[in-house]
Amino acid sequence: MIQLTNHPIDTAALLDRARHPNAGAVVLFLGTTRELTGSRQTVALDYEAYREMAERQLIDLETEARRRWPLLECMIVHRLGRVPTTEASVAIVVSTPHRADAFAAGQWLIDTLKHDVPIWKREQWADGTTEWVHPGITEEGERGRGGEGETR
Amino acid sequence: MTVRVKLFAVAKERAACDELTVELPTHATIADLRRSVTIAYPALAPILSHAMWAVDTAYANDNTKLTEQSEVALIPPVSGG
Repeated sequence: MIQLTNHPIDTAALLDRARHPNAGAVVLFLGTTRELTGSRQTVALDYEAYREMAERQLIDLETEARRRWPLLECMIVHRLGRVPTTEASVAIVVSTPHRADAFAAGQWLIDTLKHDVPIWKREQWADGTTEWVHPGITEEGERGRGGEGETR
Repeated sequence: MTVRVKLFAVAKERAACDELTVELPTHATIADLRRSVTIAYPALAPILSHAMWAVDTAYANDNTKLTEQSEVALIPPVSGG
């Protein structure tokens, strides 16, 4: 299941849907808006998507993950619009018979999403300025700003 | 032929619009489109060397052929997650 939403992500509902009698493991990954990047303070991140293409890419990601690992359930949800600090911009939930596959699939899904899916974030800095994040182009991109603080 | 190009994020901000209209010869490719946009929209030039292109919601390459019906988008480096 994939979804782009303008509303807060209901992680409890996702985890409930991930339950399966053959599952021995459920892994949930959340990417959340972090307040500090170096010494700069973020109020919120604004997310924009090329929606038709992003949905298609997310479906392809789920299909490929299901081909690579024995996934019983697989959910990828990305929030659009304004995401304040501490809230989740992305959620990935996978359930598998054994935990190694769930961790591996979850890691691959978030890494590939961040690399391929046409979604962009804009920093809302505490000083009132804004800045699109484009790795390789913008200053923030150079520093590898990610919603959950990982480099691409 | 007339090709329309969707813009997002910093490209939309710098062009101050969310879609470009570009005149191209018939059978033009993404490489032709990039050259035309670089000349016609200098504000986008710094982005174009890093950006990808999409045609009909799939990533394209320089040789991808365009038609007037193509849904074309300029994809600056993505930053979802």
